[in-house]
Amino acid sequence: MTDISILDERKKQIFTKGNDDFEMKCESQSVSGSVSQRACVFCGSRVVLYPIADALHLVHGPIGCAAYTWDIRGALSSGPQLHRLSFSTDLRETNVIFGGEKKLYAALTQLIEMYKPKAAFVYATCIVGVIGDDVDSICRKVTEETGIPVIPVHSEGFKGTKKDGYAAACQALFTLFDNFSPNMDEKPKFAINILGEFNIGGEAWIIKEYYRRMGVNIISVMTGDGRVDDIRNAPLASLNVVQCSGSMTGLAKMMKEKFGIPYIQVSYFGVEDTAKALYDVAEFFGDAELLKNTSEMIKAEIAEIHPEVLSIRRQLEGRKAAVYVGGAFKAFSLLKALKNIGMDVVVIGSQTGAKEDYKTLKEICDPGTIIVDDASSLELAKFIIEKKADLVIGGVKERPIAYKMGIGFCDHNHERKIPLAGFEGMLHFAREVRNTVLSPVWKLFPARNEVKKESSGKAA
Amino acid sequence: MLLRHTPTEIKERSALSINPAKTCQPIGAMYAALGVKGCLPHSHGSQGCCAYHRSTLTRHYKEPVMAATSSFTEGSSVFGGQSNLVQAIDNIFTIYNPEVIAVHTTCLSETIGDDLTQITRKAHEEGKVPAGKHIIYASTPSYVGSHVTGFANMVKGMVNCLSEKTEVKNGKMNIIPGYVEPSDMEEIKRIASEMGISTIMFPDTSNVLNGPQTGRYHMFPRGGVSVEDLKSTGDSMATIALGKTASSAAALALETKCGVKCDILDLPIGLHGTDRYVDALRKMACVSVPDSINRDRGQLVDVITDMHQYFYGKKVAIAGDPDQLIALTEFLVSIDMYPVHVVTGTPGKQFEKTILDLTKHLPVKVNVKSHSDLFMLHQWIKNEPVDLLIANTYGKYIARDEDIPFIRYGFPILDRVGHSYFPTVGYKGGLRLVEKILDAILERKDRDAPEENFELVM
Ligand code: SF4
Ligand code: SF4
Repeated sequence: MTDISILDERKKQIFTKGNDDFEMKCESQSVSGSVSQRACVFCGSRVVLYPIADALHLVHGPIGCAAYTWDIRGALSSGPQLHRLSFSTDLRETNVIFGGEKKLYAALTQLIEMYKPKAAFVYATCIVGVIGDDVDSICRKVTEETGIPVIPVHSEGFKGTKKDGYAAACQALFTLFDNFSPNMDEKPKFAINILGEFNIGGEAWIIKEYYRRMGVNIISVMTGDGRVDDIRNAPLASLNVVQCSGSMTGLAKMMKEKFGIPYIQVSYFGVEDTAKALYDVAEFFGDAELLKNTSEMIKAEIAEIHPEVLSIRRQLEGRKAAVYVGGAFKAFSLLKALKNIGMDVVVIGSQTGAKEDYKTLKEICDPGTIIVDDASSLELAKFIIEKKADLVIGGVKERPIAYKMGIGFCDHNHERKIPLAGFEGMLHFAREVRNTVLSPVWKLFPARNEVKKESSGKAA
Repeated sequence: MLLRHTPTEIKERSALSINPAKTCQPIGAMYAALGVKGCLPHSHGSQGCCAYHRSTLTRHYKEPVMAATSSFTEGSSVFGGQSNLVQAIDNIFTIYNPEVIAVHTTCLSETIGDDLTQITRKAHEEGKVPAGKHIIYASTPSYVGSHVTGFANMVKGMVNCLSEKTEVKNGKMNIIPGYVEPSDMEEIKRIASEMGISTIMFPDTSNVLNGPQTGRYHMFPRGGVSVEDLKSTGDSMATIALGKTASSAAALALETKCGVKCDILDLPIGLHGTDRYVDALRKMACVSVPDSINRDRGQLVDVITDMHQYFYGKKVAIAGDPDQLIALTEFLVSIDMYPVHVVTGTPGKQFEKTILDLTKHLPVKVNVKSHSDLFMLHQWIKNEPVDLLIANTYGKYIARDEDIPFIRYGFPILDRVGHSYFPTVGYKGGLRLVEKILDAILERKDRDAPEENFELVM
């Protein structure tokens, strides 16, 4: 099982710190025939825009694309729930032959009449790209007729990777600012937008509460618990705070160019990064009162969780973790947070990391750590066994593999139900890791220990 | 009140599907392929589809699901995916070393006109298929059919690509189990073996997607029908195909190709369905029904009669796949329940007729629609409330909004376990169904009972 060969094409996407010395190859399509973990452009667009709860999300394509993205993310809304329904033009054979424009038009007008949404996003999937429907012109027409923004999202799956989907989503959000020219005198004080936060398990609510206590105003969150009108007002902010760098830096750049709003990259995962994020914002405004509030709040929050995190750390000291997540920025934070609770990261990888991301990763991880881009489950399993990990952090497809090998698992993607953001989130994370790593269930099958013995000779 | 947006008033919607009651063909093909030993499913299209299909199957079975993809790019969608697929086949045999690759198309590869017959021939010609290894394939664009037809196509693909007729009979019975859970496949097989019949069941996902925890991760789990057995299906004495939508295509193809006679039955869900399955086995293999099977049957009948006072006249709404709904409807009617709203996402006019036939003696009006969605079902329920809802996981939204007892049934079930371990087919499966129905209804009765009517014995 551990002598799986690695495709030649893939060799430049796997790096062991201390042993190798080359530039990571990344941001490429998966090799044909690989069991890739990657999703498509549509997936990228859909996950970014989906949490806008008072918008209509219509998938223009055959039924599957809509069915698989129906309410799978758990991005919570404090109000409308329209985003959680599944709308599809459900293309049939005749549409594929004669085009689906009429159907799209009919579906849009019917849905807008039925639900009176604040805006509508139309996702063009692979097949729409191939049959050549003019989605833009239909959207324009419906915008004129209904008066709400109807925004095409060009997310044909084959046109790239999930990252290109993020870009398409940013482009779509940006069109919400059309005709918006902020009056600088109306800018509220200490106002920011939060970008790249999707309110999984209510995380946006935790972060918003911190800012409220600091005295910072939040104009919009993009896109967790999102509302169209808030997003349209986003150009009134003085700063964009970007969390999920992969998904939203594009929009932040566009906003900087058009409205002169600067942006900073932060992470709300782990004690260090959360504190840094909040300080960075406070420092940006440089207001004494704001700074004071911030440091007091952070101290109080850390004091609150510290004793328990420490006791968990004692229990976990020296255990090993393998991390495979979507974005690279998330990987950095995870690395720090895991160190915080006493764990060593032995494998780390991402689906969408960029060159600079991998450079950073190489710098911050320990020697011997394997760094991978776009790994297959099989490769992952191989490294996890070789490195004798006690914990796997990943997404839906990694969970059963970890369990099959008798290894603890923690979801840091979108299957989780508890918030992992902020100080409170750190505590949740520490508890979850402890619970799974130390669970007695792993003792129910002795084969795991055999596997560990078997593989110990081959470890890299 | 997640579905507060569902209006009671029903309007014609020709262009639009809301809250689908089906998914697309490739996922069914992928599920079928997993039921072949040492098989790696391969999705010929963009990587997104494959990722979604794998996640959904993983969520449903809580097991690792492997599949490869051709990873279409902009170029392949213009110039065709032939070179991607040929290269993929080469790569797959080199790295993952499966016995079989089961290729299915997606909307995209189908629309640009990739021809799997020709591409796989090319792969063979170019020596990309090592000796003793195989490729099976099926065409599964999603703008026709549903996951059930995708399953049917891949099972037919197994026959087309592998079944052979030699001069030597193998003395076995072919069973095509239909789009059911691994646990159901296991039970269907068990019943036949209990009757002393040796079978070739295909596909067979038992021990693949409900395997035991061993502490080891195998890319190709132990279960599944072997290639030798699949080849040998052409030499079997007969074929029993369960479920018309999912199984008849393969059964008929085998009859045409190798002259193996087939009997196409409904799924063996509930008493009559199972009776017919057992009877078909008995007749075709010329065996008698053993006591153990009669005992199972007797237990089911016993429980039904003991508890029938809770069934009669109860209205039920059901949504799911056509084969399952037909068998389920028959069962519900036989225990005096009224399936009043029946919805499948899979297209097919015959379905509506069959359901109406099965329910024509009921003193209530029955709504039935194929190629429909859960939004429609919800609207019907709003207009005519029911005592019980049976549907896949997505039914939970309707159940909560309308406060109806709910049984998860069908595909996908993303939020519960059990479906892949306990059968709902056969007499034993019938017993489990009855238990589930009673639990749901009696639980509700207990919960709603005023203090003075809350009783120990029910
Ligand atoms: S494109 Fe077709 S095959 Fe792919 S997910 Fe969508 S419906 Fe399914
Ligand atoms: S069809 Fe294209 S857009 Fe839809 S899931 Fe597949 S890859 Fe993604």
